[in-house]
Amino acid sequence: MNLTNTLEIQETFPDIADEMLKAQTKDVNLYYKDFHALKNINFAIKANTVTALIGPSGCGKSTFLRLFNRMNDLISGVKITGDVLLEGENIYKKGIVVDELRKSVGMVFQKPNPFPKSIYENVAYGLRVNGYDHKDSIDEIVERSLKQAALWDEVKDKLKKSAYELSGGQQQRLCIARALAIEPSLILMDEPASALDPLSTSKIEELIYDLKNKYTIVIVTHNMQQAGRVSDYTAFFYLGELIEYDKTKTMFINPQNIKTQNYITGRFG
Amino acid sequence: MMSFIHKRIKQKIAFSIFGLISMIVVGILFVILGFIIFRGISVINWGFLTKMPEEGMTKGGIFPAIVGTLCLIAGSMIFAFPIGVLSAIYLNEYLKENWLKKFMRSMTNNLAGIPSIVFGLFGMALFVNKLKFGDSILAGSLTLGLLALPVIIRTTEEALKSVPDHLRIGSYALGATKLQTIRRVVLPIAAPNIITGLILSISRVSGETAPILFTVAAYFLPKLPHSMFDQAMALPYHLYVLTTSGTNMEASRPMAYGTAFVLIMIVLIANLLANVFRRYFGKKNKMN
Repeated sequence: MNLTNTLEIQETFPDIADEMLKAQTKDVNLYYKDFHALKNINFAIKANTVTALIGPSGCGKSTFLRLFNRMNDLISGVKITGDVLLEGENIYKKGIVVDELRKSVGMVFQKPNPFPKSIYENVAYGLRVNGYDHKDSIDEIVERSLKQAALWDEVKDKLKKSAYELSGGQQQRLCIARALAIEPSLILMDEPASALDPLSTSKIEELIYDLKNKYTIVIVTHNMQQAGRVSDYTAFFYLGELIEYDKTKTMFINPQNIKTQNYITGRFG
Repeated sequence: MMSFIHKRIKQKIAFSIFGLISMIVVGILFVILGFIIFRGISVINWGFLTKMPEEGMTKGGIFPAIVGTLCLIAGSMIFAFPIGVLSAIYLNEYLKENWLKKFMRSMTNNLAGIPSIVFGLFGMALFVNKLKFGDSILAGSLTLGLLALPVIIRTTEEALKSVPDHLRIGSYALGATKLQTIRRVVLPIAAPNIITGLILSISRVSGETAPILFTVAAYFLPKLPHSMFDQAMALPYHLYVLTTSGTNMEASRPMAYGTAFVLIMIVLIANLLANVFRRYFGKKNKMN
């Protein structure tokens, strides 16, 4: 079973209606100036799952990830065709306010990028820019988000301290808390553990595993073992094409495509 | 082994030369400062700072010139600082890399290269004559402000450029607009360097003589200005007058050194204040 076109996606998830898919792409093409970076991608993301995007550098997986919060818009010379649906709504149609969209799609980056503010203000930032200013409820949300990001116990006594006093792994969990505070319906993670040591990495992985009860997560990773450990579904991209997309177990045990097989077994990458 | 020693000797010689040259530069600076302080400090007293000039500017103080210069600094900064910072924000944060941006950048740089006497002439033509402000603090401030603009724009732009992009992107990803991102993330980080630009331009503005020559400076005016449409004395021009055209130049020479001393002190105090501000902001938004 290979989920690279719309029909097969529907066959694979026969038990759920379209609107239970958190996000979908239909015939998406992305051009960066003359470079055809994403080629006719049909994709579906099921709610409350972790989907891993794998593939060699430059294959388009990060570009694909950034489709969902329209971060590619920030790069000049990018042209996108096709539909990207978030909870059934095309987020590229006219009249979509990008800031509003980004409020419902959280993102965690490769390098931890907390703001040079206090730990508290980092988590509160998304609330403040979106117009929440009720102090008590901000306090509550900050605490809840830090707890969800498994950081609360380490920082509860120094919320007013600078975020830069935290270690790299803690900073990354702070960035996750920051994204959780605005209760996104989808969380994008772009190699969130690649700059971290093994211990911090395993903490982030545990966290991702726990978060899927409440959230839907798409994660780009270079680390095969990580994809295997944290994800329910895995998609393999190569040269801008979606080569194979299936349940992670199936992908790793019995990949259909020879390219997938070679990549997963480390024969190229 | 030989070549190893050879390398070490070369390195030693090179560093000695570099060190010597920088010592000479710093030395010259100290000689100038020392000379001014040595000659000037003998006339500095409370009266010199708070009295009007007396007896053909050979006695009394330089109070109106101090007040005039402070007014001109304030006036020019009120005008140039917001405009400069806002243009720099527009240039760096909003404008995409295109011909317009290149054009505006090169114009800003050209503006910085124009001799200050030309600014003076322009200020006289536009503010004094055309807009009928007359010789006034307003005309002088605007002229000095124009002179300071390129410095402020350039330093602010550099300050904004030094804010890492991944922080902007992190902010956008949380649903912040561009304006919110600039206000809440970019400006607090850039503030210390923007303030440095402000102080640099204050140093420049406070010492300029040519732009105020035709627009505000009075040869001798033993009273304080009452409004921004009044003429005023100013330290650099007063220094020029005392040195070249006083009634008794021998007698006013010490007054000239005293004036130079006060001018240098104003610049030094401005720099000191800037450092305090920088530290304060720097601590609040520590980046590492």
